[in-house]
Amino acid sequence: MSYRGACEQFLESYDVSIGDTIMITKKDVKYRGMLLDRAGDIDNRHLVLKLDNGYNVGVDITDARVELVEKGEKPKIELPSLDMEEDPKKRDISIISTGGTVASIIDYKTGAVHPAFTADDLLRANPELMQEANVKGEAILNILSENMKPEYWVKAARSIADEINQGAYGVVLAHGTDTMHYTAAALSFILDTPVPVVLTGAQRSSDRPSSDAFLNLMASVTAAKSDLAEVTVCMHGTMNDSYSYLHRGTKVRKMHTSRRDTFRSINTQPLAQIQNGRMEILDKTAWYRERSENEVNLQDSLEPDVAFIKSYPGIGPEILDYHVDKGFKGIVVEGTGLGHCPEELIPSLERATDSGIPLVMTSQCLYGRVNMNVYSTGRKLLSAGMIPALDMLPETAYVKLIWTLGQTDKLEEVKKIMQTNLKGEIQEKTSQKYFLI
Amino acid sequence: MDYERLGLKMGLEIHQQLNTNKKLFCPCECNLTDKKPELKILRNLRPTQSELGKIDRAAFEESLRKLQFLYESYDHHTCLVEADEEPPHPLNQEALEISLILASLLNMKVVDEFHTMRKQVIDGSNTGGFQRTGLVATEGYLETDYGKVTIDNLCLEEDAARRIGQKKGKTVFRLDRLGIPLLEITTDPSIRHPEQVKEVAYQLGQILRSTKVKRGLGTIRQDLNISIRKGARVEIKGVQDLDLMPKMVEREVERQINLLEIRDELQKRDADVEDHLFNVEDIFEETESKIISKAISKKGTVLALKLRGFKGLIGKEIQPGRRFGTELAGYAKKMGLSGIFHTDELPAYGISSDEVDSVLKFLGAAENDSFILVADKEEKARNALIEVQRRAKTALYEVPEETRKVLEDGSTEYLRPLPTASRMYVETDIPAIDIPREYLEKIESNLPELPEEKKTRIIREYGLSHDLALQLVRMDKVDDFEKLQSKYKVDPTTIASTLAYIIKEIRREGFNVDFDLNQFGETFELVERGQIPVAAIPTVLRSVAEHGYSPEIAAKKEGLEKLSEQEVEDIVDEIILENSNMVEERGIGAMGPLMGKAMQKLQGKADGKLVNKLLKEKLQKLV
Repeated sequence: MSYRGACEQFLESYDVSIGDTIMITKKDVKYRGMLLDRAGDIDNRHLVLKLDNGYNVGVDITDARVELVEKGEKPKIELPSLDMEEDPKKRDISIISTGGTVASIIDYKTGAVHPAFTADDLLRANPELMQEANVKGEAILNILSENMKPEYWVKAARSIADEINQGAYGVVLAHGTDTMHYTAAALSFILDTPVPVVLTGAQRSSDRPSSDAFLNLMASVTAAKSDLAEVTVCMHGTMNDSYSYLHRGTKVRKMHTSRRDTFRSINTQPLAQIQNGRMEILDKTAWYRERSENEVNLQDSLEPDVAFIKSYPGIGPEILDYHVDKGFKGIVVEGTGLGHCPEELIPSLERATDSGIPLVMTSQCLYGRVNMNVYSTGRKLLSAGMIPALDMLPETAYVKLIWTLGQTDKLEEVKKIMQTNLKGEIQEKTSQKYFLI
Repeated sequence: MDYERLGLKMGLEIHQQLNTNKKLFCPCECNLTDKKPELKILRNLRPTQSELGKIDRAAFEESLRKLQFLYESYDHHTCLVEADEEPPHPLNQEALEISLILASLLNMKVVDEFHTMRKQVIDGSNTGGFQRTGLVATEGYLETDYGKVTIDNLCLEEDAARRIGQKKGKTVFRLDRLGIPLLEITTDPSIRHPEQVKEVAYQLGQILRSTKVKRGLGTIRQDLNISIRKGARVEIKGVQDLDLMPKMVEREVERQINLLEIRDELQKRDADVEDHLFNVEDIFEETESKIISKAISKKGTVLALKLRGFKGLIGKEIQPGRRFGTELAGYAKKMGLSGIFHTDELPAYGISSDEVDSVLKFLGAAENDSFILVADKEEKARNALIEVQRRAKTALYEVPEETRKVLEDGSTEYLRPLPTASRMYVETDIPAIDIPREYLEKIESNLPELPEEKKTRIIREYGLSHDLALQLVRMDKVDDFEKLQSKYKVDPTTIASTLAYIIKEIRREGFNVDFDLNQFGETFELVERGQIPVAAIPTVLRSVAEHGYSPEIAAKKEGLEKLSEQEVEDIVDEIILENSNMVEERGIGAMGPLMGKAMQKLQGKADGKLVNKLLKEKLQKLV
């Protein structure tokens, strides 16, 4: 119960608890309804009542009297069992859930929204998925994506590998949208997958009839059945509930706080468009890894002590010094323009390099390519040891450095790996089409 | 009708748009637009499953129709909030304040803390699949000639998107109306007489108008809840005309009485509705019926429902021009069908009596049995007939609870089932709002004057006629009147009738203008300074309206400026001289005709009183 202070005492004195139907009488008004829990906010003056007409009201306990009308029963959560017979004609697709807004269930009696973390719940909310495939589900985490950590990337990667080893034809990972692109990049580097691994989520929580979760899940299952055997992100292509885009996991970024089509391919085009169960490759000349019979390969050793620092006017060297002193193993800088930071930082950068800490330069422009030969500052940064991340997204470079340092601690080796295209994160050529699309 | 004996009970639900600067949860303006939409957004809605495994009945029926929706949006007139692409902004405080004023005017008890809820609505009229709404106050009352009526609830909610039409199976909505603040006022079902309903609606309308609400068509909507003792609760939507209310009540009572008679007859006959739906497509292979042959040619089918003991009752009239069959058809129409065929109207519509006989024979129908036919695509036809079947089964034992739509003549048609109660949950994106009692007290001590009070006061204070005062109140011109009255030394009745009558006259002549307060002020200033006579006001304002002059220029251009006393005297002298014969003959008796001539010559450029005085003096001297 989240009632505190005066409210908690008040309720105790009347011996009523959440779920009970009560009558509150005040000087000139009466309210009859079910006592609800407060939704997380701090307040010790108001009780929340769900009236018979469905409305919630907050009632100030000052000068209020309470009568118990009826003791509440705990609502029994007995969902009908799912009739999931395997259909040999359908593909086996695994859906792994990490939490977030892809699936949740409303209890209308109390008005509470429960996140549905079990895969069964997810299927119950979206039974159409079972028409598309033999869907097997598993919940490995129960977190909001802002709380994601590198160790969870490993956990997710291992679960995915397990599913593939057990014969999954494709894997869908349900993930909160905030950090989905970090996880997508991480899985791209950790996994060599012979089948599609598709990340998806929802911008409108699934307790709403307008949720984008259903379309995103359906399209993701379509992508998971395809021959595009990479780690991808599948989300709404536009504000319409019509088609979804499939983005390469290393070239995608959340670009809007709230829109359904928040995920955009940066410095490339989306790989494919998915509509009504059909997937169409958008750039027929683009290379992608095809489905194969290979074993899944897992390289899951990581070095999470990597700092990700944004350059800005007025930034001082002490931020860098702090990370060096604290023993961070690598630093990714999100520089300005073509890949710059103030010259004032150069002594600290040199110190980092001398301590064997790789420094990687990306651009906060997001679009375009880092080129540190154009201006003198860039050249000075290069001689201080800075590794240009080319056309890699800052977030992808950050994740890649974490992964790379898990593979080697030799500076030269790190530099080589960071500048070698492994999973589509680096493209040599920049098309005039790759901007704000 | 003896309403008391029938146990008639009614409740009223009024929805009124507020005239706030911004919408309830976003900064968009609260005006509709006819501009071409700049974007159309395609969306699907899905009913969500509750933990208790229940999906709201009304919501579920909508979902069966599998509708897709197109939302018309604008680059600047609407924003991402209406499009369900951005979470709601904090609740509009202006709207909350207006609702608190209303709560107070209706003697209601305001909640301590306002919680915004999501009310599930999946007919597409809300992009999120729910309407945001919150309970502001409870337990109010209103005095009527028939006794006290309790006001149960006052809710502040967002208006729905505007339905524009249908396009390729998708309902098209425009986002301009979505999010306009709306007040919902609900009375308890204690209204007992059709005339009382009208009075309550009228009074509520008057009270609403004393606050910042929108005016005009579509800004206020009235729903009526009605039941009789043995009947059922029915909600009638979209009542616009208050004068139609008593008739509507009468028609609904009539409908329920007739449905009860049908039920009694069905029970007497031991009637029944068969569960099985029969495919009778084969019978209609060669049919002349266009609807059926078209359905078959489009790979559709023909389905029949057998109704035992219904003969003659489907065709029974339950409201003028509307039969029990019309009710059944209403259910099929909701599932997208254009209509149904039933035995009581057949053979007709190209269906031959042979075909009717074949169907009856196929169904093994007895003397009193009927059938209903539908023809369309298999799934659509089946879903529609299942609905008809459900309605027909209900007819065996009761009048169903329904939401109905009012028609022009006061009859009603089926819209959807009454929503079940379990369809609200909290809007987690909006924090609860504490309503401090001190704030309420401040509002209570600054309440606006109600229209009736206002009228009585201005009659008393300014000596206006009853009609003049009523017009000013109705036209919402009392504030203007009082401002002008306090500023200019002009007779209050002159000011009032200018605002109430003269403006109407000028508009009637086709000048569609809104005068501002300054234009009136300048005009009355001319009167006050004696530059124009009162009689010239209409001409001045008409000229202002027609040519866009300032009142002063208008007076000059129209040659209306008052003459000096000397100028008037000269004209009077001139007239006496011209008519010296008459003056000699009639003496003081020439006063009347000469007055007429003088006024004609002066053409409103002098006050009659002055002319009268001068003429009288001069004649008396002469005689």
